[in-house]
Amino acid sequence: MSESVPGASGAALGGFASADATAPGAGAGDIPASPNGGPPAHRINDLAFKIGTVNGTGSASANGLLRSAIFRMGIPVSGKNLFPSNIQGLPTWYEIRANGKGHTARTARFDLTVAMNPATYKRDIEEVTTGGWVLHDSSWPLPRDLNRDDVTFLGVPLAKMTVDNFQGSRVRILMKNICYVGALAALLRIDLDIVRGLLNETFAAKAKLLDANQLAIDLGYDYAMKHFDCPLPVHLEPMDGNRDSIVIDGNTAAALGCVYAGATVAAWYPITPSTSLVDAFTAFCHQFRKDPETGKNRFAIIQAEDELAAAGMVIGAAWAGARAFTSTSGAGLSLMSEFIGLAYYAEIPSVFFDVQRVGPSTGMPTRTQQGDIQFAAYASHGDTRHVVIFPANPHECFEMAVEAFDLAERFQTPVFVLTDLDIGMNDWVVPKLEWDDSYRPDRGKVLTAEELEEATGPFHRYLDVDGDGIPWRTLPGVHPKGAYLTRGSGHDRYGNYTEDSEPYADVLARVGRKIDGAAQHLPAPEIRLAEGAGIGLVTIGGCRGAVLEAVDELAERGIAANYMRVRAFPFHPDVETFLAGHDVNFVVEQNRDGQLRKLLIAETQAMKESLVSILYYGGYPMSCHHVMDGLAAHMDIGSPAAAAQPSGVAP
Amino acid sequence: MTYIKKPRIHHPGLTRNRLGLTRRDYEGTMSTLCAGCGHDSITAAIIEAFWELEIAPHEVAKTSGIGCSGKTPTYFLKEAHGFNGVHGRMPSITTGAHAANRDLICIGVSGDGDSLSIGMGQFAHVVRRNVDMLYIIENNGVYGLTKGQFSASADLGSTAKRGQINREHPIDSVLLALNLGAGFVARSFSGDKEQLVPILKAGLRHRGFALIDIISPCVTFNDHRGSTKSYQYTRDNYNQLVYADFVPPAEEIAASYESGDARSVQMHDGSRIAFRKVPEDYDPTDRDAVYGYIRERQRAGEVATGLLYVEEAPDAGDEADFHVIQGTVAEPLAGYPFEGLCPGAERLEELQGRFR
Repeated sequence: MSESVPGASGAALGGFASADATAPGAGAGDIPASPNGGPPAHRINDLAFKIGTVNGTGSASANGLLRSAIFRMGIPVSGKNLFPSNIQGLPTWYEIRANGKGHTARTARFDLTVAMNPATYKRDIEEVTTGGWVLHDSSWPLPRDLNRDDVTFLGVPLAKMTVDNFQGSRVRILMKNICYVGALAALLRIDLDIVRGLLNETFAAKAKLLDANQLAIDLGYDYAMKHFDCPLPVHLEPMDGNRDSIVIDGNTAAALGCVYAGATVAAWYPITPSTSLVDAFTAFCHQFRKDPETGKNRFAIIQAEDELAAAGMVIGAAWAGARAFTSTSGAGLSLMSEFIGLAYYAEIPSVFFDVQRVGPSTGMPTRTQQGDIQFAAYASHGDTRHVVIFPANPHECFEMAVEAFDLAERFQTPVFVLTDLDIGMNDWVVPKLEWDDSYRPDRGKVLTAEELEEATGPFHRYLDVDGDGIPWRTLPGVHPKGAYLTRGSGHDRYGNYTEDSEPYADVLARVGRKIDGAAQHLPAPEIRLAEGAGIGLVTIGGCRGAVLEAVDELAERGIAANYMRVRAFPFHPDVETFLAGHDVNFVVEQNRDGQLRKLLIAETQAMKESLVSILYYGGYPMSCHHVMDGLAAHMDIGSPAAAAQPSGVAP
Repeated sequence: MTYIKKPRIHHPGLTRNRLGLTRRDYEGTMSTLCAGCGHDSITAAIIEAFWELEIAPHEVAKTSGIGCSGKTPTYFLKEAHGFNGVHGRMPSITTGAHAANRDLICIGVSGDGDSLSIGMGQFAHVVRRNVDMLYIIENNGVYGLTKGQFSASADLGSTAKRGQINREHPIDSVLLALNLGAGFVARSFSGDKEQLVPILKAGLRHRGFALIDIISPCVTFNDHRGSTKSYQYTRDNYNQLVYADFVPPAEEIAASYESGDARSVQMHDGSRIAFRKVPEDYDPTDRDAVYGYIRERQRAGEVATGLLYVEEAPDAGDEADFHVIQGTVAEPLAGYPFEGLCPGAERLEELQGRFR
């Protein structure tokens, strides 16, 4: 097998043990060998910085301001919020990566750290790459033991400046954050006019706050200009990379998709990180779904007593003919699995968003993972198998939310949209959302009152009239001839209760055929083929950015790799074809057990030995270096290409 | 016994209601419950109530959970959609169905195990949400399908068929519903159709959540001496506290009043509940007093029955039922024209200005 892998050494390939990037020592704090290894040199539009603050101090708006300003400079940018499961007082970080080539997956290599939280000084300072910078509050001296002689310390007396210029402790805390924005604008050459413009928009109606914010920006900016050699050699320049892009998080985009799909009933139970999906749905409904004359709602959003009830409400509403959905995370999905089996067996279209977080159990509620892939695919007892779709980013969250409702109604089955905390709650630069006004919901096979009135024979709910495994359904309240009793207990093709072997098996087999048949109608995998590639890189969901970056990085090192991102389960026929085209497919995903790999083994003809896991499941979004390190454990991937080697001298 | 089909041809002389339907048109399939089961009497009363109210069967949504009670929706209104879901989850299914289509007349049939054990949470919250439905608990104090375990409504000291004595406190659905703010709370007995039918009719016409807890003896597992849910015990300790008539809109109250200060309570659709006979000083619209009175009768060992509490709601439209709380449009959400739901491409373009 090894000979088929270009650049791979036979020895390294032996054994095919999964490369576990979460093994001891591979945490977020590690400085990876790649990408772009080496100390910062003169680099434009290729940088990452990290801001360490205390949660509840208002740093989110300052950090968002930075991210927005870079976006408006036309530079592809991402913001990753690494926050605690806590309301106030614990450490929180915000990471910003700007990359002209569009690589905005998380990176663990930080050129600069803004150390605002004494409790995490040590860790934050350690995380700066050699030759990088530490921006800190110099109102008080830094503890001596934190000194590093391979990085440059940039002290700004933030606390002192705010005490001197602002009144009230809350305002001073908030303005301290805005001050570092000003300093960073000078150091990284972030367009000050854009920053001011953003503040004008945000505080249009609050003149007093606007003045304070503008002053704070000036204080930070002026101080940096006066005391440091601005800009740093690693900085930003305006470009035109975002003309057709927006910045949006996946939960907002998915909620918007639900509005556009015509979903009218949402039932949910609050759970991080899915709560903001329903929050956004609520806000959009209030914006778009109020009857202009009566002021009444063309929607119902029910905060249920638990996830069991939320699932039941969705199923009840869908049974009665509404497009209905719930939004939850893994722990909630566990509770819903009873109802999921009912919806599968009684064939009730329903949409479940699972914004995955770290499991098992309560796990780490504010960290990201892809730990529910296998669970969603077969959730609930008995023979069940579900349609699951996997958006990679907010743009796909919007599109796939709409598609989920169509699929659910077309195939009369629960459909799962699996995102994760990183996709759902972080801000992504993605292509603008588009809408075709000719779209009409695919309600699937639903008999109308007229059709029932004209029907000559009796209606049978589970009869495979068309031979495609999808029976016709009727809605309550429409026509007496459509009546039947929906049940989770054994039933025959006519909808009658049964405990008899054949009629029971007949229905279960037909439902199985229906789901099999759905595969080819589900989103096809995203595939990118490279000339002369011998290996396949297979991934799923939010790993897309990190894996595509790795593909580029490999290409720079002279290794061609084909790329496939699975977008749905059951697997599209193209998945099988891609896998068969490679002796080795590396399967990159964010969980311990290689859940996508296991599904591929179980549900395709691919040989077990040909699928090699590359895993990272520590809770932060996947980075390119996780992929590269994982590959390096199996094959010789060389070292960074000459062009990527640092050319300058670290300042 | 589902293979035993009921005859399709009806006697031509059967009485028809104004929809031209006979009682037979409100029936379902043949019951498979034990001969003499209280639940079958309740089914008969439900059929009678719908027939008398002249409700078109297909406008009804029947829901249930698991257990003997869960089977009963099959036995009435064959021309209505039904949903026999999972154990204890009938309330959430009904809530969803009612959210999607507010025109459906929702009737949920549950049992004491279904509502007071596994489904206690959903029962409590469907009351709180004031979902417009008639919620029936067929209360027999025992798990029938699993052969005779105590349920949460079994009284202290009550004995099981095999002799065990229940030492755990019972949960009383009537007291619970009163506590949780239910606007219509009744207790009845499967053996008293005369009392039951008017209560069912009133419950169906009540806007908002209506609970009827019906003592429904289990002839197989809980009808022995020592049981407090047997036919004999219920008859011996039966106290019909409240005699109420359901008076449809535009009909005169014709009943004569025996005692107490006879009064009637107006319902949202113009119908009335006429309290024909209540104990002296008993006010069926005073939640706290009703609660106290029922507790007092229970301490005396009585099974207090009747339409025990009803919220007075003379100003139709002000009641905070589910859809009032939700502020939903008058039309059902299911089937609402897509044009009124999708904001369209232009709005999406505008909206995205915010995301730049």
